[in-house]
Amino acid sequence: MTDLPLVPTIEVLSPGPLTTVQDLGRPGHAAIGVGAAGAADLGSHRLANRLVGNPEAAAVLELTYGGLRLRFEAAATLAVTGAPCPVMVDGRAAGMDSPISVRAGQQLIVGLPTEGVRTYLAVRGGIDVPPVLGSRSTDLLSGIGPPVLEAGTRLPIGRRVEGFPNVDIAPRRHGPLGPAILRVLPGPRDDWFLPEALRTLGESAYVVTSESNRVGARLDGPALKRAVHEELPSEGVVSGALQVPPDGRPILFLADHPVTGGYPVLAVVIAEDLDRAGQLRAGDAVHFRVLRPDPVAAPAVDSRAPRGALPAASRARDHRVTSRSAGIRL
Amino acid sequence: MTTHIRTAGSSALLVCLDTPKHVTALYHDLQADPPEGFIEAIPAAETVMVVFDPSRAAATTLGPRLRAAAERASMSARAIDDPSMRQNPVVVTIPVVYDGPDLHETARRVGFGVDEVVRRHVAGEYVVAFCGFAPGFAYLSGLDSALILPRRSLPRTRIPAGSVAVSDRYTCVYPHESPGGWHLLGRTSTVMWDLEREPPALLTPGTRVRFEQVTT
Repeated sequence: MTDLPLVPTIEVLSPGPLTTVQDLGRPGHAAIGVGAAGAADLGSHRLANRLVGNPEAAAVLELTYGGLRLRFEAAATLAVTGAPCPVMVDGRAAGMDSPISVRAGQQLIVGLPTEGVRTYLAVRGGIDVPPVLGSRSTDLLSGIGPPVLEAGTRLPIGRRVEGFPNVDIAPRRHGPLGPAILRVLPGPRDDWFLPEALRTLGESAYVVTSESNRVGARLDGPALKRAVHEELPSEGVVSGALQVPPDGRPILFLADHPVTGGYPVLAVVIAEDLDRAGQLRAGDAVHFRVLRPDPVAAPAVDSRAPRGALPAASRARDHRVTSRSAGIRL
Repeated sequence: MTTHIRTAGSSALLVCLDTPKHVTALYHDLQADPPEGFIEAIPAAETVMVVFDPSRAAATTLGPRLRAAAERASMSARAIDDPSMRQNPVVVTIPVVYDGPDLHETARRVGFGVDEVVRRHVAGEYVVAFCGFAPGFAYLSGLDSALILPRRSLPRTRIPAGSVAVSDRYTCVYPHESPGGWHLLGRTSTVMWDLEREPPALLTPGTRVRFEQVTT
């Protein structure tokens, strides 16, 4: 007697340069040295899940520079979002940002992205690998979470869904990714730098180097010069932090960043722009727009600072950081 | 006490404190009574990074709330100074074989014999100040000030799990095989990180630790 597979699975024929399982991450474990990880572009992760009727926390595949080949062992509904790639099902072109139906035995090929880095593939029911510390995300820095996909990996498809796919195609909010302009708030250690460092950051183009991954994007450009040359005692860092090592070239921390760091952070990319940061590709030019902290959010400034030191409200309004963002993943 | 609160992007505030004791006290205060929108606190050497959900909390309301918590924490940090009021009576004892590759070099550099280095390391009453670097990697404060050395100038590329080491003001046990620049004094068979355990880390912030010398 043959056991029929109880759980529908996907077979990985070729994983491409790097494909991992990701969800919304595992916030809450930083105090024991475990970072949040999770999709580097959470907006694309959520969109992929919505397109197939999954809860937004369902695990998906995160492809780095595309190149994935899968065989579906059961019929499935899937969607591909994020960095735009050619998508083929058994040799026939299928679209991004739209539900795709595949039959049992069909092959899916995702090609190379024309821009951006990370493409997301959601399957209706979710990728059902066992969770680790409450999440199915692979953390490449700490080694926690499901293993990186390899040829021959079999991925179980889950059953948790939330309604039916009810959109044919999701209109892309921004069309192509467009230029990378990331808004930053100064701090927490801007006072460890010469006053012109923030101006340098805001007025220069930085180029993403090839030493970039889910931990962070290493940037090349004018050095951000320090005023304080002491050693900074280790302190907590967050996604979007621009940490500046002694050579003055910033590292932009992404989803798998270390929990603490020993170099000062000049400024932090705001939550709304983290998804764009997660699509930075080696060779891309990045521009930073330095926001002034909203004076209404004054606890950012030491309360004993003279009020005259705060920027005028009217001036700050242009750059007010809204707190509507749902993109928090720490 | 001085509390400085600094912006760390749109969804985190960095609370800067005077001493590691204040850090531990504020961390425990936030765990016991988390403010609205609180996601997590990352304690470190002299700071606590407070990460919040900007859709549920604003820096405007969270800032004063953190300032008040830091002041409460400074009171309880004073209480920690008083041995009769120690908050966490549980002490984790870690057996150590003191045969590390840096033991003799450490003894030479601090100007003691090997036995005296071991005696002082074993005599310490340690507290987990914070975790970082790797899952379950705890920075233990309370190291004898005579054993303070800067990190090795050339880090090792591979340190075995269970290595007991010192660097700067801290001692540690490497929970996993990893690279590292600390001075290796010995080794333990105690498992520091186990995903089957809740929490997986043996040592969490505030845990009290002692080392015990064993021969095997």
